[in-house]
Amino acid sequence: MKIIGKIYGINGPIVTMRGNLGFMMSEMVYVGEKRLVGEVIALTKEVTTVQVFEETTGLKPGENVEGTGRPLCVTLAPGILNNIFDGIERPLQLIGEKNGAYIPRGVTVDLLDRQKKWQAKILVKIGDKVSGGNIIAEVPETTAIVHKVMVPPKVEGIVTRVVEDGAYTIDDTLVTIQTESGEQQLNMTQQWPIRIPRPIQKRYPADRPLVTGQRILDTLFPIAKGGTAALPGGFGTGKTMTQHQLAKWCDADIIIYIGCGERGNEMTNVLEEFSQLIDPKNGSFMMERTVLIANTSNMPVAAREASIYTGLTLAEYYRDMGYHVAIMADSTSRWAEALRELSGRLEEMPAEEGFPAYLASRLSAFYERAGYVENLNGSDGSVTIIGAVSPQGGDFSEPVTQHTKRFVRCFLALDKSLAYARHYPAINWLTSYAEYLNDLEPWYIANVGKDFISCRNELMNILTTESRLNEIVKLIGSDVLPDDQKLVLEIARVIRLGFLQQNAFHAEDTFVPMEKQLKMMEVILYLNEKCQSLIGMGMPMAILREQNIFEKIIAIKYEVANKELDKFETYRQLIDEFYQKLIELNA
Amino acid sequence: MGIEYLGLSEINGPLIVLEGVQDAFYEEMVEFVVEGNEIKKGRIVALEEDKAVIQVFDTTDNMSLKNTHTRLTGHPMEIGLSEEILGRTFNGMGVPIDGLGKIKPEVVRDVNGLPMNPCTREYPRNYIQTGISAIDGLTTLIRGQKLPIFSGNGLPHDQLAAQIVEQASLGADSEEEFGIVFAAMGVKYDVAEFFRRRFEESGAASHVTMFLNLSNDSVVERLITPKVALTAAEYLAFEKNMHILVILTDMTSYAEAMREVSSLKGEIPSRKGYPGYLYSELATLYERAGIVKGCKGSVTQIPILTMPNDDITHPIPDLTGYITEGQIVLERALHQKNVYPPINVLPSLSRLMKDGIGEKYTREDHQDVANQLFSSYARVGEARDLASVIGEEELSPTDKKYLEFGTAFEQQFVAQGQNENRSMEETLSIGWQLLHILPKEELDRIDTRLLEKYWEE
Repeated sequence: MKIIGKIYGINGPIVTMRGNLGFMMSEMVYVGEKRLVGEVIALTKEVTTVQVFEETTGLKPGENVEGTGRPLCVTLAPGILNNIFDGIERPLQLIGEKNGAYIPRGVTVDLLDRQKKWQAKILVKIGDKVSGGNIIAEVPETTAIVHKVMVPPKVEGIVTRVVEDGAYTIDDTLVTIQTESGEQQLNMTQQWPIRIPRPIQKRYPADRPLVTGQRILDTLFPIAKGGTAALPGGFGTGKTMTQHQLAKWCDADIIIYIGCGERGNEMTNVLEEFSQLIDPKNGSFMMERTVLIANTSNMPVAAREASIYTGLTLAEYYRDMGYHVAIMADSTSRWAEALRELSGRLEEMPAEEGFPAYLASRLSAFYERAGYVENLNGSDGSVTIIGAVSPQGGDFSEPVTQHTKRFVRCFLALDKSLAYARHYPAINWLTSYAEYLNDLEPWYIANVGKDFISCRNELMNILTTESRLNEIVKLIGSDVLPDDQKLVLEIARVIRLGFLQQNAFHAEDTFVPMEKQLKMMEVILYLNEKCQSLIGMGMPMAILREQNIFEKIIAIKYEVANKELDKFETYRQLIDEFYQKLIELNA
Repeated sequence: MGIEYLGLSEINGPLIVLEGVQDAFYEEMVEFVVEGNEIKKGRIVALEEDKAVIQVFDTTDNMSLKNTHTRLTGHPMEIGLSEEILGRTFNGMGVPIDGLGKIKPEVVRDVNGLPMNPCTREYPRNYIQTGISAIDGLTTLIRGQKLPIFSGNGLPHDQLAAQIVEQASLGADSEEEFGIVFAAMGVKYDVAEFFRRRFEESGAASHVTMFLNLSNDSVVERLITPKVALTAAEYLAFEKNMHILVILTDMTSYAEAMREVSSLKGEIPSRKGYPGYLYSELATLYERAGIVKGCKGSVTQIPILTMPNDDITHPIPDLTGYITEGQIVLERALHQKNVYPPINVLPSLSRLMKDGIGEKYTREDHQDVANQLFSSYARVGEARDLASVIGEEELSPTDKKYLEFGTAFEQQFVAQGQNENRSMEETLSIGWQLLHILPKEELDRIDTRLLEKYWEE
């Protein structure tokens, strides 16, 4: 029996009904004649409150609200990849084909293509005992990713019938199992409520990095697979660019890009670019392993709130198959603002800056869904969350940034003054931090080089010293510093320009493998060592500068291709020559 | 339909409460007849069973709880459109006020618009030459972009906007049709008059549609003005294949109006008293810029907003910056140095620039020159700070060069005449000239190949 209520009041995206009608919390409902999708968010004896995921213009009091008896779910099946959805998993491409340039109210489309036949290879046979998470079939979803059809969690039984390998739609039964409560048919589709994390076996500690090819991240502030990172920055500091770079180059198998309350043109750009960009790993298109969730800023606010959870659930589903998934959430502030907006409409008591008091617990619940885990079927998978934060006025003391800081372990602070000077990525190396560094140290030592961590610390040391010296320079100018301190400033400049700055539009510089990162560090530090020894002999900095060696080292990022790592030897020779020359000249 | 309700339950400023309403829907338009002759319009903003809260697009003077008849119109706020709207002037609700009579509508459109599907958008790539170096060179305007001007009271943002409109539209390919939609929200009469005169003088007046809500007009009408204007713009762009530049001024008044009405409704305020939905409301306006796949036309927005107390972190510029694709920031200090246009290039930005410039569009060295100018000018700030502490004399020779570069950059690159229309070549060559002031080693943002090629010229 479906529960039906009548609309009593309408206030923006919030619709209320009189009385205790028997709806469940978080139940998905259809509102009004146009059957707008909504969700029950509060229940009292007097009033049932529903948030509507579409514009409510035209809705009338007295229209029906129909319950569905289940919470707001996403449909999980082949067809998710290489697709673009709105905040509640409606395919935008299809809506575009059906309805033209604009998204009308109350569109009803299938979430995933129900006609398309997928080539399935069945992996179980009659008599097998299967339980939640077990893979029953494999479907090549795109050229890059094999979709693994799994038994839904909490389902268990003995296989009694299987179909032949072949082409099936997502609704066709593949396997029939005998459970304790009777026969159950399994197809490619699962439903899962977006607000509930999918179950796992256990969580692993974070001990493998998410390799991004971005020097400042991999070297200074690494993110672990299954870790969480926040990317806060005022407008124009390059949050979106950094997220695009990470999405393109990080070594996750699958990318879920959530455009939450962001610009329409940006989403179009991601879609266009990823559809043309060749994935360096397997030569297919980037979109083949990407899902875009686009809830632009002008789409209804309640769906913006849901979009984050939709993305997370899709990510967890692919993780369950044993993939490494990275979520780019751009931006979590827009999500927090959606919470604030809805909370205001519900006339809840506001806490800090008008945000509801439950902001912190929602944020923590969101970030805790990341992790490197052992799945129910025994495979390993991970969900890494990289959330952009758009602090009001670029001020990091505002509630969303502050609470986020408590729940993430990698904090990449984007800096306005760096962005103004067009130093990209504009990640401030003094205010950022990564707690994963210690956890990842064994991995770096085993896989990159023994001296990686010590080089990294040395680099950081020079940069911190520079910032201390800059305080003095601001007061009295750099000319009066002693030569050893001038050298620190010069080497720090080499590090900033030649190492930290990375050009996303340069074919070689856009992605840099770990080995080259290490070699670059070593050369810079080698230069530092030689210069120190020259200064120690009493040579003034001005003479060192004349030789142009610093500029040559800065240019390494462009001059040495990622595959020509042996070229670094010539740079060492160059430094040696420079050293010898100065000694001869000034001896 | 035709039911008329006699009397009202409550009047509070521009808000009216009417009880016993049947079959009303959210955001429906209503018509009031006051004293049997005066007609006013309103819109339902909240509904609770048979109680409707209505915003009146006019003053509520003369209205009493007894003398008013209310009629539901059965449709949301709509506007009739046809190509005749070009060259005409309307009030904030789309009613002609130029004395030339009504227009014959070809279509009727809901002003609320619908969100554009990201899949059917076309990513904007064609740049618009504005003839202003600071914009063309460093924050290039792209067709289909929304690029606001962040200004302050007393700064020449109106002149700048007028200059952009004149030079951009006249300079464009003559083959393509262009048009301007101008929406004034709570601006002074003089400002509206200034734009009208400038459009007339430049001969663009016949391509301009003006929607005027002056500072003494209704606050509620102000909330609808930009929506009406953008509906007109979308119609001209996507149905009549025109390239439309939309000027929205002043967004600050628009946001103030929203706060005023929100507080009357008794809503819970968030930052600085603005309602929690300020971001969503601004976004529904700004996001209406763009290009639709398969359409020839485009909507480009140049909203103008005056930052209260010149504070860029105030909620209005702050939220705007998060939605728009960049911003052009005017600075008082430059204005005082008599630099026109007083654009502070450092916080200014065009997000779409990277894809609309370079070899295929402008010139291969454009991006590098722009990066170098930005980076060098940022360094000028540091040198100036230092000079103010230790004196110019004590600066290192390089820093002195930077000071020289800074002044020259402001006087020659940023500053230009109010009618000066520079070509892209001119802009870039001024850029290169200025970079010659600095030692060649300092130019670390320019690809060595380009540096060799253009340095000698």
